[in-house]
Amino acid sequence: MFIESALNVKNQKVQGLFKALFMMMTILLVLPVLIILGTLIYKGGSVISLDFLFSDPTNGMTAGGIFPALVGTVWLVALALMISVPLGVAAAIYLSEYAGDNWFTRFINLAIINLAGVPSIVHALFGVGAFVIFFGFGTSILAASLTLAIMTLPIVIVATRESLQAVPMAFREACWNMGATRWQTIRRIVLPNSISGILTGVILEVSRTTGETAPIMFTGAAFFLPFLPQGVFDQTMAMSLHLFVVSTQVPGVPEALPYGVALVLIAMVLIMNSISIAFRMYLRGQKKW
Amino acid sequence: MSSVAGKTPNIDFDRRNLDWYIDKLVQFLVFIGGISAIVFVIGIFIFITIEGFGFLLEGFSFKEFFLSPYWEPSDEDAPEFGILALVAGTASVTGLAMLVAIPFSLGAAIYVGEFATGKTREYLKILVELLAAIPSVVWGFIGLSIMNPLIIDLFDVPVGLNVLNAGVILGLMAAPIMTSIAEDALKAVPDRYREAAEALGATRWQVIFKTVIPAAKNGLLGAVLLGVGRGFGETMAVLMATGHAVNIPGSVFDSVRALTATIAAELGETAVGSEHYQALFTIGIFLFLITFVINLTADLIVRGIRKQ
Repeated sequence: MFIESALNVKNQKVQGLFKALFMMMTILLVLPVLIILGTLIYKGGSVISLDFLFSDPTNGMTAGGIFPALVGTVWLVALALMISVPLGVAAAIYLSEYAGDNWFTRFINLAIINLAGVPSIVHALFGVGAFVIFFGFGTSILAASLTLAIMTLPIVIVATRESLQAVPMAFREACWNMGATRWQTIRRIVLPNSISGILTGVILEVSRTTGETAPIMFTGAAFFLPFLPQGVFDQTMAMSLHLFVVSTQVPGVPEALPYGVALVLIAMVLIMNSISIAFRMYLRGQKKW
Repeated sequence: MSSVAGKTPNIDFDRRNLDWYIDKLVQFLVFIGGISAIVFVIGIFIFITIEGFGFLLEGFSFKEFFLSPYWEPSDEDAPEFGILALVAGTASVTGLAMLVAIPFSLGAAIYVGEFATGKTREYLKILVELLAAIPSVVWGFIGLSIMNPLIIDLFDVPVGLNVLNAGVILGLMAAPIMTSIAEDALKAVPDRYREAAEALGATRWQVIFKTVIPAAKNGLLGAVLLGVGRGFGETMAVLMATGHAVNIPGSVFDSVRALTATIAAELGETAVGSEHYQALFTIGIFLFLITFVINLTADLIVRGIRKQ
């Protein structure tokens, strides 16, 4: 019969100890998500109503709803997507389907990594210098969306490139052997087989764009503007900036109001992320190869 | 059958039909997309340099800018543009954030990557991903409304908006990204390393500590560096949670002000082209260069292990 030596027992104990320690660390790390959500719902849940979502802020933003900010965020995100998705998908197609493994491709990859790492406030400075002043768009939805689009471009590129590369090489080769051009292969074979992965990335980008504040502060988002934007050259309110404003800039705001704004913002972001995650898990189950 | 051999089939080997041209056009268009990232990075540097250039030429003194702790841009007589206190603010907050984030994110990466199995692992990964999704302005709000009174109560200090508050917030923000990169690094260690160690009779934690972590140490270092880059560049959360006082901190209960937060707070109030405005862009250039170097180093380190 196998009898455990003292060393064995000790090793097992140490192992158990470390496992418990790391488990605790993990739990402590993810616990804040639940605590934060709980607190926001507990303190902000009372102000959430259809009226809150669909009416203008009143009394110097100390009362009323968030409708202009909601609409503004939809404008900003939609326009940013229209710019970054075509550009990002094109970049990913180039990197995955055309680019060779050479110094130029490495240079592009490096640029993508750096673009993702540039602080959001530096993106804001760039937006001010380039779009607001140089191109003369003024502080407008267009300038803000362009800034957001450039900032979130790496997310689209990386997610799209990954899903393009997940399409097996044999699919492409079979298509080329039929005499198809590269583009015909991409359009008929590669894109249809990776479209859901690309969509997952796009949803993730929507979520990120929704929450960004610094890049839009000086490029197109206004503190208080109780009108709905009429075009891309108008300024607009935005959910993220609205949270900053009601929690720091406006005196006499009732305590529950900023919690309500934060709750709506985080709900938008987390719902989007959950859709993206659920979509990805569904896809993993569907994989045919 | 010589007639057949003589009858060359009339096939046009010149394939430049419409599809060929479309193919070339698409190749050109996606190439434009491909180089867009390079164009934007260079563009960012050029445009912030243009806007900050006047200050760099005239008001800028290397000694004052980097060594003076006085940031008094709106002083009418003698405005002073020293970023030492702002750098100290950013560094202290980022440093504390790393003290929080490094053990937790590496611990979580080891647990999720090496210990957890099946459903638990899936759920933990989802939670980490959701943690990463919380917008920075929401984190700032949490610092302002939840952490602030908590710190005042717990430590009996007059102000809860300080290095401690922002450091913890920033640590929680950086941790999920660091966790997923660190987990990737652990996953990149070949299974045969683990099998060899297990075959020698090592327990799970011995395998992890003696084999997996040493093999993945570059990737883990890269994860930490990216976390530092994240902390340096974070804006809204540090703007709202640090207390925003120009100050070289003596303890974690002192309020400070970060480089990024200074730009965010002051850019709206300055006149375009004024010295103050240009000085803010100069801080932007500084931030751009610092994060550039950090990201480059992290990438080189992480890429180094992939090559092996």
